[in-house]
Amino acid sequence: MAITRRSLFAAPLLAAVPARALDPRPTVASFSILADMVREVGGPFLAVESIVGPEADAHVFQPSPADAQKLARARFVVINGLGFEGWMPRLIRASGFRGTQITASRGIATIKSKEHGHSHGHSHGHSHGHSHGHGHGHSHGEHDPHIWQDPRRAQAMVRNIAEGLAGADREAAEAYRTAASRYTATLAELDAWVEAQFASIPRQRRRVVTSHDAFAYYGARYGIDFLSPQGVTTRAEPSAQQIARLVQQIRRERITALFIEGGARPRVLEQVAAESGARIGGRLFSDALSGPDGPAPNYVALIRHNTRMIAEALAG
Amino acid sequence: MIIDPFLDFAFMRRALLGCVALSLAAPPLGVFLVHRRLSLIGDALGHAILPGIALGATIAGLSVAAMSAGGVIAGLVIVLGAGLAARGTGIREDASLAGFYLVSLALGVAIVSAGGSGIDLTDLLFGAVLGVDDGALLFIASVATVTVVALAVMWRALVVETFDPGFLRHAGGGGVLWHMGFLALVVLNLVAAFHALGTLMAVGLMMLPATGARFWAGTIGGQVTAAVAMALIASAAGLVASFHADLPTGPAIVLAAGLLWAVGLVAGPQGSLVVRLMRRPHLAG
Repeated sequence: MAITRRSLFAAPLLAAVPARALDPRPTVASFSILADMVREVGGPFLAVESIVGPEADAHVFQPSPADAQKLARARFVVINGLGFEGWMPRLIRASGFRGTQITASRGIATIKSKEHGHSHGHSHGHSHGHSHGHGHGHSHGEHDPHIWQDPRRAQAMVRNIAEGLAGADREAAEAYRTAASRYTATLAELDAWVEAQFASIPRQRRRVVTSHDAFAYYGARYGIDFLSPQGVTTRAEPSAQQIARLVQQIRRERITALFIEGGARPRVLEQVAAESGARIGGRLFSDALSGPDGPAPNYVALIRHNTRMIAEALAG
Repeated sequence: MIIDPFLDFAFMRRALLGCVALSLAAPPLGVFLVHRRLSLIGDALGHAILPGIALGATIAGLSVAAMSAGGVIAGLVIVLGAGLAARGTGIREDASLAGFYLVSLALGVAIVSAGGSGIDLTDLLFGAVLGVDDGALLFIASVATVTVVALAVMWRALVVETFDPGFLRHAGGGGVLWHMGFLALVVLNLVAAFHALGTLMAVGLMMLPATGARFWAGTIGGQVTAAVAMALIASAAGLVASFHADLPTGPAIVLAAGLLWAVGLVAGPQGSLVVRLMRRPHLAG
C-alpha cells in the first residue's frame, strides 16, 4: 500500500486523479514549530510529521533510519533553512526523497548571528561568549535562523509554505492560500497582542539575560534586549567567580530579569536574584513546542507563553 | 584580594557563614569517628540520607524544611536499623550499616528518577554552597548550636566510651545510648552539610580535618581544636580559590581540606611521615 502510494506521488500528473484529493499528502517538517505552521496551512490535505519532535532540541539532533523512511515516503518536506537544521540536506539526499522541498525562511530579512564563541567561564569583560550546559553551543553560520520568534516574520514563513505547497499541488492550491491568509490574520492579532503586553513597560526596563540565544528576532520586534549570561555555564556546580561575574553583569548592565536554564542550580540563581535585584523568569520555549499538555502545544501558544513569562518578569 | 570578594558579594558572605557554622560542629564529630574506627561511617550515612532528602524534595520541592526532615528521618532509621540488626544478630555494625546504606542509596536514586518532579539528582548529590538561602543558613546554624552544646554535655561519656567501651557498660552508663545519640548528631550534621555541599561532599568537611588533626595534636581536645581550625581555614581558602581560580565551590573547599590533611600527613608534628623518618635513626641506634 505504502509502495503504490509512493510511486503514484512520483508520477508527475498525479494531481489530475480526483480520488487522491482526499488522501492527505505525506509531509515532513524538520521541527515541531514548523510542523505546526504547516498543519495550519495544510489542514486536511496534509498528513504532517515532524522529524524533531516537541521538547526536543534540533541543534543536537541525530536523525535515525526511521526519519529517512519518513522522508522517502513524503511528498513535501518543509525546512526552516538558514542552517538551522544543518543535518537536513544530507538526510534528504540519503533518503531518496523525490517530492517538493519548501524553505520557509526564503526571502525573509535576517539578523546577523551573534558570534558563537564558546566561553566556559573564561570570558572576560565584554566578550559575549555563549555556551549552554545542555549542548546549546551551536553555530549556524552568518544568519540567526530563529526567525519564527518574530510573529511578523512568521507570517512571511506561512506565506512561503502556502506558496510552496500551492505551486506543487494545484488541486489544493486554493485551500492552502485560504488557510494561510486566515492563519496569518491570527498571527497579526498575536503580534498586536504581544506588543500590547509590553506597552506599559518602559523601554529601559526591557533588559533580560537569557541562556537561550534564540530571541534576537523577538527582541528586535518588541524592543527587548536579550543578553547572554557571562559566567554561569556548566550544569555542574558553578564557581564563585562565575556567580560573581553574573551578579556584576546584572548590576552593570541594569538587567531586569534572568531566564537561565540548564545553567546553575535554581537555588544559586535565587541568590543571584536576591543579590542583584533581578527577577528569575519562568521557562521560555525557543526551538521546540511543549507536549500537548504543556504550556506551548502550538506556535501561537508558544509566543503567548513566552510573552507572559517575559512581561511578568519585566513588570515593575 | 582575600577579603574583597566577601565585601563585594553577599552570596560569598552567606557561603562563608554557612561553612563556618559547619566547621565548628562537624569536625569534632569526625575526630570521635576516627578514634572509634568508624571513619567511613560518615560516608555511609552521607549516602543513607539520600532517599529521605529525595522524598522530601519530591513532595515539597527544593524546600529546606522538607529535605532536612526527610534526610534526618532517613539517617536515624538507618542508624537505628543497623544498630538493632548488629545487636540482634551479632554481625558487626559496619557490615549491617553497609547493607542498609547501599539499599538506601539505591532507593534514593530510584525516588529521584521515578518522581517526575523535575528534581535533578545532581542537585542533591552536589550541593550549592553559593545557593545557601536564609532557611538553609538558619538550619545549619541551629544544627551547629545543638551539636556544640550536645558535645559539651556528652564529652566525658563520649571520651570514656570511645577509649573503653566496656567501662560505661559495667558502670551502668548506657554506652549504647551515647553511641546512638552520637550517631544522631552525625546524621544531623551531614544533613546540614548537605544543604551547602551536597550528599557527596558533605562528609569531606567532617572527616578530612578530623583525620588530619591527629598529625597536629596528641590529645583528643587538641585534635578537636586542630580539626575545627583546619575546617575553618579550608572553608575560607576554598571559597577564595573558587572566586579567583574559577573552581566549583564545594570541591574547592573539600580540596583545601584535603591539602591541609596532606600537609599534616607529610610534615605534622605528631606521627607524620617526616617525624617518623627523623626518628628512625634513634630507634635503630
